[in-house]
Amino acid sequence: MITLNINGQSRTVDVPADTPLLWVLRDTLGMTGTKFGCGQALCGACTVHVNGAATRACITPVAALAGSRITTIEGLSEHSDHPVQRAWLQHDVPQCGYCQSGQIMSAAALLAQNRSPSDEDIDAAMAGNICRCGTYNDIRAAIHTAAGLLRKGG
Amino acid sequence: MAAELSNPSRRDFLATAVTAGGGLLIGVSLAGHDAEAATAPAGAAAAFQPNAFIRITPDDQVTLIVSMAEMGQGVLTSLPQLLAEELEADWRRVRVEQAPVDAAYNNPLFGMQGTGGSTSVRAFWEPLRKAGATAREMLITAAAQTWGVDRAACHAREGAVHHGKDRLSYGELAARAAKLAVPADAPLKDPKDFRILGKPLNRLDSPQKVNGTARFGLDVSMPGLLTAVIAHPPSLGAKVTGFDASRAKAVPGVREVVQIDAGVAVVAENFWAAKTGRDALSVQWDGGPMASLSSAGIRAAMLERLKSPGVVARQEGDVAAAKPAQTLEALYEAPYLAHACMEPMNCTASVTGSGIEIWAPTQASGVNRMVIAKITGVAPEKVQVTTTLLGGGFGRRFAQDFVIAAVQASKAVSAPVKVVFTREDDMRAQFYRPASVVRLRGGVDAAGKPALLEARVATPSIRQASGMGPPSELDDSAVEGLHEWPYATPNIHVEWAQHEPGVGVWYWRSVGNSQNAFFAESFIDELAHAARQDPFEYRRALLEKHPRHRAVLERVAKEAGWHSPLPKGRARGIAVCESFGSYVAEVVEASLRSDGTPRVHRVVCAVDCGMTVNPGIVRRQAQSAVIYALSAALHGEITLDRGRVQQKNFDDYPVVRMDEAPPIEVHLVASTEKPTGIGEPATPPLAPALANALFALTGKRVRRLPFKAGDFA
Repeated sequence: MITLNINGQSRTVDVPADTPLLWVLRDTLGMTGTKFGCGQALCGACTVHVNGAATRACITPVAALAGSRITTIEGLSEHSDHPVQRAWLQHDVPQCGYCQSGQIMSAAALLAQNRSPSDEDIDAAMAGNICRCGTYNDIRAAIHTAAGLLRKGG
Repeated sequence: MAAELSNPSRRDFLATAVTAGGGLLIGVSLAGHDAEAATAPAGAAAAFQPNAFIRITPDDQVTLIVSMAEMGQGVLTSLPQLLAEELEADWRRVRVEQAPVDAAYNNPLFGMQGTGGSTSVRAFWEPLRKAGATAREMLITAAAQTWGVDRAACHAREGAVHHGKDRLSYGELAARAAKLAVPADAPLKDPKDFRILGKPLNRLDSPQKVNGTARFGLDVSMPGLLTAVIAHPPSLGAKVTGFDASRAKAVPGVREVVQIDAGVAVVAENFWAAKTGRDALSVQWDGGPMASLSSAGIRAAMLERLKSPGVVARQEGDVAAAKPAQTLEALYEAPYLAHACMEPMNCTASVTGSGIEIWAPTQASGVNRMVIAKITGVAPEKVQVTTTLLGGGFGRRFAQDFVIAAVQASKAVSAPVKVVFTREDDMRAQFYRPASVVRLRGGVDAAGKPALLEARVATPSIRQASGMGPPSELDDSAVEGLHEWPYATPNIHVEWAQHEPGVGVWYWRSVGNSQNAFFAESFIDELAHAARQDPFEYRRALLEKHPRHRAVLERVAKEAGWHSPLPKGRARGIAVCESFGSYVAEVVEASLRSDGTPRVHRVVCAVDCGMTVNPGIVRRQAQSAVIYALSAALHGEITLDRGRVQQKNFDDYPVVRMDEAPPIEVHLVASTEKPTGIGEPATPPLAPALANALFALTGKRVRRLPFKAGDFA
């Protein structure tokens, strides 16, 4: 049995210790907002926050997470109104949408550290998140918009 | 509302979300296939449903039903815009549902229910507007009867019929309208009066895609659902000769190990157990028919095939008799490509004694039903298909492999089963854009004008692989993007030399245009160079009989500042292609990095896709296609070694990421023509525009995709 802190709630799960967090979220807890894309930390679709840092859930064994604070897309904001989510809607970023949970979590982690990211900062922080629909132009614009919202107090 | 599919028998499940503006609900219905269950919820006796696309209930809920699959191209928004415009619905309050599988939802251009070929708006442009107009006229009649006034004095607007100061909402009129005869000739609105159609409205599915509640195929769940991961053949066509399941079955959570057509399926309580079990499984395979096949051998055989004639795709004048002042010969090549959708292939199936139900991210629910009926012997009407959201499609999800695997696995274990491909399974499943080689011969006369174009293309047939489309000696997909050659040329001869190496091929975004436009639009650049003329001006002068090509070409040159100076070390290239009825021209600005790899700084795109239903979606589809094509041009290549695909994941099949994505400007050419395709047409011009930019920069003509470090040294 492993006890995890997910979106501020304590969740105890009975899974093998090597089970990646991604599958505990999706299959054990039914939290399907975090996506499976590659299983090798190559695409970023599974990005969550562990103690605030963008983390690929597909290669992170749950055994390593006892005592850590985990945030998923479901817990990013109470009313889907995190500045990044508001900016995403303003720019109407998603196409197929499959990668967007991961994109949003990576962007939120970047902006928590840096409220005025340059294009180079965005490249560095977002290069781990693939979008096959190619929404990169809109993602970049939305991150700048979200940064502006955050600087104005969210 | 909780977005949870908790029971497969619950047919009116709705995933709902509220927009930032508040109020608008969008539901993606996971309704069953039978029209009655799909269109008549409990207590809806008074519902007004004049056709398969509209349902209005007395509680003022206007539901618009979308027959096509949403894979990012925006049909959950654009198709409702067509309906809502003519219906005079209140856009802020419409609800959208995904259609079940039913002949009423057949794609008029395919004759069956399927999403592909950039057809959605083209196919439904008239039918959906007529459906909306018909409903509107009936609601007006119902209101006029209620008030006892002349219907000509009534008008519909924002979900209600008005007469002077009187107003009756559509919900209030539903019961009366439902009793009226359906008129055959409801008039369509004048485009100058459009208020919804043609506007860059935000997508209706965005809210659920930014908070994690959007439900894709992999997100389907229900009580008792098992997950299967399959040991697929290591090389195409290899057969299982034996397997030892003992180590797989020792993995906690693994329930059963069963052989199906696709390979050996490890069925478990969850994905991680199934995958761990699959990796522990020991399977013996025969070599299969392709055990000795490697990329070098495939290439050699295709070059050999070019030596003998093929089927003539276009013949004008006499290329043999032409006497050009200068002759050019070139060999161009393009590789196999994987689609690499973000959501790996998957399907959930439940096979029971009373029928078969699947939940799938599928582009082809109509084909799914036919294929399942065929392989199981179950009557088609007992096969239900629920189309979930698709995490990318690009043609891949028109295939049936993942659906058949789920049905067979569910049948084998007598339980609902979700088959999940790992990324590696997905990458190696062999539904590839065909490799192609083409030998081109061209010539220019003394004035520099093209005197001849001769092309022989060696490539396999997608139509043969898919079994779709009418039988014909010529598979258009082999030559599309090349044999249309729009440039004034007196002598043209294009042939297709069919060659089937045995690698699995399939439809890939823009299909044959994806490689043939690279060949054609690079080669016209070669002719321009031979003629010592500017590549834009040269094309322009040769497009007198193709005004729409010419218009997008002129527009893109203007917007890109074609003749303006660039910083040292950068150059521009241009290309234009018509595909799926639309015309797209692109200008690429490129440089080389110090390691010799190409870098794209800017892409400018001019699009003529007729009237636009949603300019915002059109712009984003063009950007999307540019990035997809750029991934292929810079990185995309599937190779084989002794029958085995060498790529497995995004490390050895890289795609464009944020740090490689250039700014993409899209300019729409105003048009009053009927809408044409937009999901694919911006794909083909990118690779040749980039190749032409790099030629302008380096003087080196690279005729083989993808471009590699060192190609331009």
